[in-house]
Amino acid sequence: MGWLEDRLEESVLTTTLERAINWARESSLWPMTFGLACCAIEMMATGAPRYDIDRFGAGAFRATPRQADLMIVAGTVNFKMADRVRRLYNQMPDPKFVIAMGACTCGGGPYYKYGYNVVKGVDLVVPVDVYVPGCPPRPEALLEGLLRVQDKVRAMKNLTRGQPLELPVPKRTGQVLLPPELSDADPVKALEKQNAWAAQNKEQAKPTKA
Amino acid sequence: MNASEIVAMLESRFGTRLLDRQLTAPDPFVVVGATHLVEVMRFLRDEPSLRFELLHDISGVDYLEPDPKKAATAGFTPHLEVVYHLQSFTHRHRFTVKVLLPRWRDDQPGSLPELPSLTGLWGSANWHEREVFDLLGIVFVGHPDLRRILLAEDWVGHPLRKDYEFPLEYHGIRAR
Amino acid sequence: MTATATEQDQTIVEFDVRTDEMLINMGPQHPSTHGVLRLVLRTDGEIVAEVIPHIGYLHRCAEKIGENLLPIQFIPYTDRMDYLAAMNMNLGYALAVEKLCGQQVPEKAQVIRVLACELNRIASHLVGMGAYGLDLGSFSPFLYAFREREMILDLFEELCGARLTYSYITIGGVHDDLPPGWLERCQAFLDYLKPRIDEYHTLLTNNHIFVQRTAGIGVLSRELALSYACSGPMLRASLNREAGDPEWDLRKLEPYCGYDSYEFRAVVPPFPEAPAGVVIGDCWHRFYVRMLEVVESIKIVEQGLKRYRTASGSHRIEPPRHLPAGEVYLETECPRGALGFYIVGAPGKQAVPLRVRAKSSCFCNLSVVGELCKGCLLADVPAIVGSIDLVMGEIDR
Repeated sequence: MGWLEDRLEESVLTTTLERAINWARESSLWPMTFGLACCAIEMMATGAPRYDIDRFGAGAFRATPRQADLMIVAGTVNFKMADRVRRLYNQMPDPKFVIAMGACTCGGGPYYKYGYNVVKGVDLVVPVDVYVPGCPPRPEALLEGLLRVQDKVRAMKNLTRGQPLELPVPKRTGQVLLPPELSDADPVKALEKQNAWAAQNKEQAKPTKA
Repeated sequence: MNASEIVAMLESRFGTRLLDRQLTAPDPFVVVGATHLVEVMRFLRDEPSLRFELLHDISGVDYLEPDPKKAATAGFTPHLEVVYHLQSFTHRHRFTVKVLLPRWRDDQPGSLPELPSLTGLWGSANWHEREVFDLLGIVFVGHPDLRRILLAEDWVGHPLRKDYEFPLEYHGIRAR
Repeated sequence: MTATATEQDQTIVEFDVRTDEMLINMGPQHPSTHGVLRLVLRTDGEIVAEVIPHIGYLHRCAEKIGENLLPIQFIPYTDRMDYLAAMNMNLGYALAVEKLCGQQVPEKAQVIRVLACELNRIASHLVGMGAYGLDLGSFSPFLYAFREREMILDLFEELCGARLTYSYITIGGVHDDLPPGWLERCQAFLDYLKPRIDEYHTLLTNNHIFVQRTAGIGVLSRELALSYACSGPMLRASLNREAGDPEWDLRKLEPYCGYDSYEFRAVVPPFPEAPAGVVIGDCWHRFYVRMLEVVESIKIVEQGLKRYRTASGSHRIEPPRHLPAGEVYLETECPRGALGFYIVGAPGKQAVPLRVRAKSSCFCNLSVVGELCKGCLLADVPAIVGSIDLVMGEIDR
């Protein structure tokens, strides 16, 4: 749309309707207050002055699911609570997103082994968009999770609903930069180099028993 | 009052109804039977020199070694214990009372053992007894509202028993 | 057996359906920040006839886990029980295990333990105070409280790396010694905090609206509090020093970690500066007791900082390998009340305890809410429940 912009005065922008709506949606994701356990305190700290979540537009925590579009499941989900989680998720209007905050919601967390009453990951109950690990995750980690949800919203096609078909890859992949003697363009050769180095340095990398 | 004086008062009043006493432990206790529990507790609460107004905690303990190979050297016979921790507000002393129960009533697996309820004496007994019923399966006779408190109402089993098997699923959600 | 109540058909099982009474469900998810507590209210219009609390929505099987892990592996689980006062929970469990094994920790470890616990008490009361203001509708004290709390969390992060669930106080002492410069930073923080307490008094304690919403509401008599085994600020706000009641603070009655050598007072009413209309045992007094306890904790931390410089011993000794047979019940003073740990050691040389039972203070404090809310108005229910200062993680364990 470059030719159109050249013919209009400054301070006039042109964009597609879809991008405009997605921008409006991602900048005003209103979360539902769904703090269950310790992660709720870190969610409150994210809303507090130092790690202000309101600067991302997500500061208006709605108590009712009917007005919220983001459910941050913060804390351990029980079997007793699981029915209520599902019910609240169903009451949220589309498009809705779920952040699984904390180790307990990602996969049961520290209660995985002997917790008879703990759901091993909230994705057994509601579909999750972004997992934020940590016990509890730092407020900055939760903000990163929120940013990833915003990426998802930005990639949404089809104005009324629809989840993105391709997720955008964040610029920072989290890969470790290895020195040249341990890395290689070909992943198979790189793995051989790393194994040889480990064997040479007698690293005991045996997995622990469950 | 220290523990030996409290036990002496109890013995002079109840005599043979005290089944056992232990004064050398870090927390001295007496053992009573289920039938005399309420009168012993009422005496402990109301006697002016004892005045145990605070019932801090009711704990249930399951003495069972689930591994049959180690059961012979476990050091105890399988039974349940209910432990009452008391403290006095006026005199500041503490005391512990225990009741020993069989793991199943009349040794029939499935029928839960029974114990009289102390809700008439202390208000805190209400919720503590519900929790012991919920997690260990001890029925408190005379409790106004004995139902599960921590687990869902339709949960099956009493988890804190040592022979509890973790469920495979609950309401369609995978549990293991 | 009667049929169990389902969510839709609550009325069929438990109550007669009357045309002039409503059943309101303040469900497990609600705007109040206390966590997953479900209150079923039976109301006649605005007047509440009965409140039935339902708990268990955060039951995380801590006691079953304690029977399967070593004591030192169980410390992180005690953190997550009362997550706002994690240091105090760690301390309660560590002291119980040490009492069972007959261990004495060195003086330096005790001083660091006191510093950590009292700072955590300040942080916990700040959150309780801020959340209480939020429940009653004022948003600013919450933000102010979290601003101060972030500074305490910075200090804790230097100590142990974590902001919320520390696992810092372990069996045998504390995990690491204080980093260099920590004492000065802590003192700087205390100097910053002392004048700020007056801000909170202006925002909430003497606020005309706050006083009207909490004065005379939810009056808890001393006999009812003792019968329900309430403890901590909830019990202390119902005592009357002038009527001869003792100062019921476990740090004074049964001192641990050297608390008998620190100078501080247990906060018990009456208060000469109380506004008109408040009654001993109401919500306002429970709130004010917590505010004054923050001041006392600041005093203890200052004494601890001085004491650390001359403390002898190391910060940690080797934890025992086996637990002896026997049982022990130990109570410590948490910000919310008396936390008790009952630990049973199995006979034979076992490393894993036979039973770990945590008696939570909020459990007993919450059980009295049914009695407190009889006849109050609907808007008083969050005021009363907020004044108890609940943390559901401790109630449900």
